[in-house]
Amino acid sequence: MDWIDIINTTLRTAVGTTAIVYALAAIGLNVHFGYTGLLNFGQVGFMGVGAYAVAISVTELNLSLWVGLLVAVGASVALALLLGVPTLRLRADYLAIVTIAAGEIFRTLIQNPEWRDTTGGANGISQFSDSFYDVNPIPVGSYGFGPWHYSARGLWALTVGWGLVVVLALAVWLLMRSPWGRVLKSVREDEDAARSLGKNAYGFKIQSLVVGGVIGATAGMFQAVEKSSVTPGNYKPETTFFIYAGLILGGVARTWGPVIGSMLLVGLLEFMDGVLRGAIAEGIIPDGLMDTTQVGQVRFVLVGIGLALLVVFRPQGLFGDRREIALETR
Amino acid sequence: MTTETEASVLAGVDETPGVAKPDPLLVADSVTRRFGGLTAVHVDHLEVQRGAITALIGPNGAGKTTLFNLITGFDKANGGTWSLDGVALQGTPAHRVARRGMVRTFQLTKALARMRVIDNMKLGATGQLGEHFLPAFLRPLWRDQDTQVEARADALLERFNLTRVRNDFAGELSGGQRKLLEMARALMSKPMFLLLDEPMAGVNPALAETIVGHIGNLRDEGLTVLFVEHDMDVVRSISDWVVVMSEGELIAEGRHSSIVTNPAVIDAYLGAHHGTPLDRDEQDRVLAEAEAAIEAAEAEGEGP
Repeated sequence: MDWIDIINTTLRTAVGTTAIVYALAAIGLNVHFGYTGLLNFGQVGFMGVGAYAVAISVTELNLSLWVGLLVAVGASVALALLLGVPTLRLRADYLAIVTIAAGEIFRTLIQNPEWRDTTGGANGISQFSDSFYDVNPIPVGSYGFGPWHYSARGLWALTVGWGLVVVLALAVWLLMRSPWGRVLKSVREDEDAARSLGKNAYGFKIQSLVVGGVIGATAGMFQAVEKSSVTPGNYKPETTFFIYAGLILGGVARTWGPVIGSMLLVGLLEFMDGVLRGAIAEGIIPDGLMDTTQVGQVRFVLVGIGLALLVVFRPQGLFGDRREIALETR
Repeated sequence: MTTETEASVLAGVDETPGVAKPDPLLVADSVTRRFGGLTAVHVDHLEVQRGAITALIGPNGAGKTTLFNLITGFDKANGGTWSLDGVALQGTPAHRVARRGMVRTFQLTKALARMRVIDNMKLGATGQLGEHFLPAFLRPLWRDQDTQVEARADALLERFNLTRVRNDFAGELSGGQRKLLEMARALMSKPMFLLLDEPMAGVNPALAETIVGHIGNLRDEGLTVLFVEHDMDVVRSISDWVVVMSEGELIAEGRHSSIVTNPAVIDAYLGAHHGTPLDRDEQDRVLAEAEAAIEAAEAEGEGP
């Protein structure tokens, strides 16, 4: 088994664009789930709306990419209000049901063959982010060291992506150390207590849903622009659960928890993939047990077991405070 | 502990349910709440005297907490009007009621467990600029206000003897400390009217004594207090006025001394006495009898 190769690939993936997308989505989800206690099971819906809003703005409405990004932010705010206004006055479970449904409704709609001219149906839309690569200031060439080597194009995408991650993580940090963040946490702990102290819990939950939703949409926008393509297959419900997994792995309600957690999750999946393939190739895992076509699924099983063990032995995640988790929250 | 002035303000007031007070802070009329066919609360008229401590008592299920929930906006009334300091409050959401100066605590204490004690306190302050989304990013805009809020929080923690646990998570506090924290936190909003739902429930006798002292001090500083309590010793020691509810209605009002002999009150308590705690004298008497019986039995066992 070529361990060097497996480790190099793992290290590349951990700082790659998939890690960026998950990290951005998890930062947004952290605002919802970690700080406000909102059960958003449809973060992928926000990603999809962000991605498709950019794509459609450019290809159908002939807007520039930059205006398209603003349209996408507007669309994600609209989605947050659509989901939050009717449900956030009700018990917490209603938001969970509505968000998971909204994510699936969105995916079904964009696959609708009737609308293929606009959404591209099952094939999606591509070729809309030339403007992004046109403004790349990095001269053509090859860059990197150790396991990391990138073209000018790839390096540009990574720079912008990680820049977004840092800026948004710091923005969330600024918000959460402020009195605004204190109210969000109080809503998470006990909404009625917050209301009894004069805080409009409903208003704060709406704000939280919008803020985290826009950050989630940013993940979708980045993914779409970087690949210059969107397809419905990118927005399946399990994506939301991978984002949750990354967030919990890193530690909820922590500034860098969602970022490090997403990098680890993505890296770990890649690592398992390499190890399993290597083991099958060398006959360590006999053919009768599994073959290379099953690697994609089995690695999820293994990572899932790992996450289950994490929740048992380190429920606070890597960055969390054990004391905080052990508290009786009543 | 009853001050001379307050006692005399209410001295000439008739002891009949729904009686008018010399200077009412809260006035409620025909407040009704029905759960299906059951009328949980139907209060024709209630006035709460400004600057006094009023106890709200009654057997379990009398509608005391429901009445609290209604006037503080945590539950929707089927009908009725009420006003605080002349401002109508029916239909006002809970957070606005609190901002108007009527702040409540809860029967089951609501400490914000995964927040530090000091952050619990600071949350209580109203009108914080940093609680608005955009200013939240810019610390210089709210830093001074936050420092003032923190100073006020620390002063209240000191007063309620919680300075030692200032930086602990609220979820790490004992039940009694949580009661104190909840009361101190409510005071952060500078309320004029404090509604305490069983502030002494589940608290050890020494701490209960302390809480009684705190409530008395608050009244002396001009705060109006309405509290639900089952322990008649507590009611006797601090309340200036007692209001009795039973089956959703006001059945009696008056000073403690006349309430305990009021036949309607005795009826209400005896009629629904099962499961309600005995008053402390009675508890002591029952305990003494039991002890005597045990001693007698032991003496017999040790005999020849």
